[in-house]
Amino acid sequence: MAAPAQRRIIFQHIDEAGYSNDIGCYVRHGGYEVLKKAVTRKPEELIDEVKKSGLRGRGGAGFPCGVKWGLVDRKSGKPIYLIVNADESEPGTFKDRYIMHQDPHQLIEGTMISCFANNVKQAYIYIRGEMPHGARILEKAIAEARAAGFVGKNILGTTYSCDIFVHRGAGAYICGEETGLIESLEGKRANPRIKPPYFPAVLGLYQCPTIVNNVETLCHVKYIAEHGGEAYAKIGTPNNTGTRIFCVSGHVQRPGYYEFEAGKITMGQLLNEVCGGPLPGRKFKAVIPGGSSAKILRFGERFKGKRKVGAEMVDYDWGVEDVPMDFDSLGMIGTMGGSGGVIVMDDTVNMVEALANINAFYSHESCGQCTPCREGSLWMKKITTRMVHGQARNEDAALLKSVADQIPGRTICAFGEACSWPTQSFIAKFGDEFKSYPETKKTAKPAGAHELV
Amino acid sequence: MIAPPKPDLVTVNIDGKEIAVPKGTNVIEAARLVNVDVPHYCYHPKLSIVGNCRMCLIEMGMPAVDPATKAPIMDPATGKQKINWIPRPQIGCGTNVSPGLHVKTTSPMVKDAREGVMEFLLINHPLDCPICDQAGECKLQEQSTGYGRGYSRFVEQKNVKPKRTQLGPRVTLDDERCILCSRCIRFSKEIAKDDVLGFVDRGSYSTLTCFPGKQLANNYSLNTVDICPVGALTSTDFRFKMRVWFLKQTNSIDTETSVGANTVVWSREGQIYRITPRRNDDVNDTWMPDSGRELFKALKAPDRLTSAETVDALVARAAEVFKQGPVAVVGSGRSSVEEQFLTKKLAAALKATTALVSRVGQGDKLLVSADKNPNVRGALVTGLIAALPSQKLTDLAASIDAGKVKVVVSVGEDLAAAGLTAAQLAKVAIVYLGTHANATSAAAKVVLPTLSVFEKNGTFVNQQFRLQKFAQAVPGPQGATNDLIVLAKLAAAAGATVASDLGSVWKLLAAEIPNLAPITYANLPETGLLLDATPFAALPFVEGETLHFKPAVAGAAVAAKA
Repeated sequence: MAAPAQRRIIFQHIDEAGYSNDIGCYVRHGGYEVLKKAVTRKPEELIDEVKKSGLRGRGGAGFPCGVKWGLVDRKSGKPIYLIVNADESEPGTFKDRYIMHQDPHQLIEGTMISCFANNVKQAYIYIRGEMPHGARILEKAIAEARAAGFVGKNILGTTYSCDIFVHRGAGAYICGEETGLIESLEGKRANPRIKPPYFPAVLGLYQCPTIVNNVETLCHVKYIAEHGGEAYAKIGTPNNTGTRIFCVSGHVQRPGYYEFEAGKITMGQLLNEVCGGPLPGRKFKAVIPGGSSAKILRFGERFKGKRKVGAEMVDYDWGVEDVPMDFDSLGMIGTMGGSGGVIVMDDTVNMVEALANINAFYSHESCGQCTPCREGSLWMKKITTRMVHGQARNEDAALLKSVADQIPGRTICAFGEACSWPTQSFIAKFGDEFKSYPETKKTAKPAGAHELV
Repeated sequence: MIAPPKPDLVTVNIDGKEIAVPKGTNVIEAARLVNVDVPHYCYHPKLSIVGNCRMCLIEMGMPAVDPATKAPIMDPATGKQKINWIPRPQIGCGTNVSPGLHVKTTSPMVKDAREGVMEFLLINHPLDCPICDQAGECKLQEQSTGYGRGYSRFVEQKNVKPKRTQLGPRVTLDDERCILCSRCIRFSKEIAKDDVLGFVDRGSYSTLTCFPGKQLANNYSLNTVDICPVGALTSTDFRFKMRVWFLKQTNSIDTETSVGANTVVWSREGQIYRITPRRNDDVNDTWMPDSGRELFKALKAPDRLTSAETVDALVARAAEVFKQGPVAVVGSGRSSVEEQFLTKKLAAALKATTALVSRVGQGDKLLVSADKNPNVRGALVTGLIAALPSQKLTDLAASIDAGKVKVVVSVGEDLAAAGLTAAQLAKVAIVYLGTHANATSAAAKVVLPTLSVFEKNGTFVNQQFRLQKFAQAVPGPQGATNDLIVLAKLAAAAGATVASDLGSVWKLLAAEIPNLAPITYANLPETGLLLDATPFAALPFVEGETLHFKPAVAGAAVAAKA
């Protein structure tokens, strides 16, 4: 089956010749028309549209956006804040960066529509510390939008006022976790908060109800406000509506970003047809489908079970290539759609070395609050680093698995899962390679093998 | 007596035991009530909850109800309502009880979680227990014995961190031992209101440190040592002095101010090594000021008074002095209730006037009050004085000048410091009872060395009118005699017979002072007993607000006028 064509609704103008990130270009392409219409509507209507659309958050967890908005405590009398989570740090993910760099006004318009819908008077864009260029672009774009009356006091002549501020992070992955982000935005160390009681929808920024949405999610809101929730729900597949942006990196012919309707394309179509397949003379070995914390898939493994298609339960028997790229299907086979960062590894990759790289990242990024994640992530890193650079032992695979099993579900935030899932899945799917690594090390590395970090 | 309002009770089931606990109680505290230990590090009952150590993980579930009808779903196997157990462990510290909550603290999931956390906590811990001061009172030791696996699988290099950082004048930090529970950070911020501690770096390399240019120097810094569950924060003074399991613990009271913080005195072979706070939720919670921990050092001071003469010989000399003319007695707000009572008896036998010296300073709104005497209220309750004392003994000075007083008995008070001039002191014959030398003892005709609070039993009445007892931790030095014996012997010399042992004195107190009627020293609870303060409600006490204490309106009104 041939791959479907891309459907670009968020990335419509990304890398388009002649398209610039200034407000003039955006308005020429019909920009801010949706906001103009939105402010004439009732906010509840807009929330309803988002609920009807079935939009799921694009930050990684895939939590329904309408439900998130519905949880906001609107009776407390406290101000409601909206935070744009632009702390895109999941290894393998580079979609929000493109939006901010090349189409910042799309984000601003989506943000303003969401603010209006939720009666938010103050929004913050929390942008990753390593994206200074993006921050400057956003600052400039917000200033342009403010001058044009799209942001700030009395938007478009209405009584509604809302401002957006850009806040730069200081370079910590954990600031992408929403409560860690809130702590950081408050000027503190980004230690995620315990839930209960600190659910952002009730006790978020400055202990006020707060909505935290991903950059891409808010762009989808703009599309939904324009075309209606029902029209949006027709894109993609039921429960996985809209489009998904896949950031494909690693060993394929044409890595890059690709936007498809959710669930309409399979992993095989994406990698083989869209991305041009493996590099010459190589074979796909493994793929991480949703950012480096998602569990890895091994080419050649089969997934069997029953799934719901319409009202019926249907048997499925998939290889990695057959898996539709949506939240639910990837969830069914034990991994996740996550942030859409598809990391491809071919047969030149040694899985022990790949895991050593991932573990180095997570041990460096653990905030250090919860014991299992703090100690476990560094221990796993020390083991894999020793395996690669020092002496590998036969019992290390079992030890790694056991350490990883002591982490998930026992920490304040989902970082516990993020740092342990790679180890768990690498060992589960490539256990042989870990067992034989002491032998593998004795043989000389093939010429052209990647330098280890 | 007004009964406190009954709290809303919630029935929960912990390890199969049903118990009703007040709403808002967390699982750790609820489990404590049924004698179930939920191990924890970061949780402290008097600090905010952060839930970061993950040691208190428990399995919890709620009774199952039908989502539509809300009818209970029964389990046919047991005939009881089915419990929906949450598949992942939850923290006990951050989970408050709710009606019907079921908790398992011994299930395989909990056991596994605890073993995991214990292993993680120990992999980068130096395990230097043999040279660690915390050994013997270390939560890491206790809980790894109770809940750990007992062996290590860690073969990598341990993290290296600073070993002996001086955080402030009294606290030393070993970062390698730190388990990053953040209790000290929260204490500094929330209780001491001196936010100087924080973590730098990330993950397992996180390191506790003072903010740049800051020091942990506040008067409560040593509480961080007390609450540190491991040996990371140690007292610079106590460090390497003594193993804690050799020390005897004696309950005592901090005598610095009228707050009366409850303390424990740790001693061995007649020597005190340290003083730590003792929990009293109505007085000092689990805290005490640093200043109160150093009081024991005065015991061995070179100016400590002792006498080679027997106490009877000294009393006989004092009796001779009493014959020189009219006597005035200066009592002390530092004496115990019993001593103040005998001072009153002595004054009556000598037909002497009585006075007290007040010491007023700055309060810190926490556990140091403005009244630096621990027991002014004891003097009021026993009737030694009828009005609040003043800082200067002006009446006594006038009497001396007028020749109306020829003899002054001072119970530990330095009359020179209390405003009497050298000329006035020279005009009278002084009998001095006390522990340390001063201008008055130097000028005295007779000096009767007595004991410090650590060397005797007794009671104080703190600013709340709470009667609290202290016990003897160490024996007094040779040549010093218990104050009660000295006072009783002096009274006997003056012609009045009074008992000198604590039990008998309390019988007299109970008989003569209605406020103390049902009390004996033995049955007084360790956390004290509130006395009836209404007879003294009109007095303008000097204390401002401190922890668990709000000044009465009369005092506040006077303070406002001043």
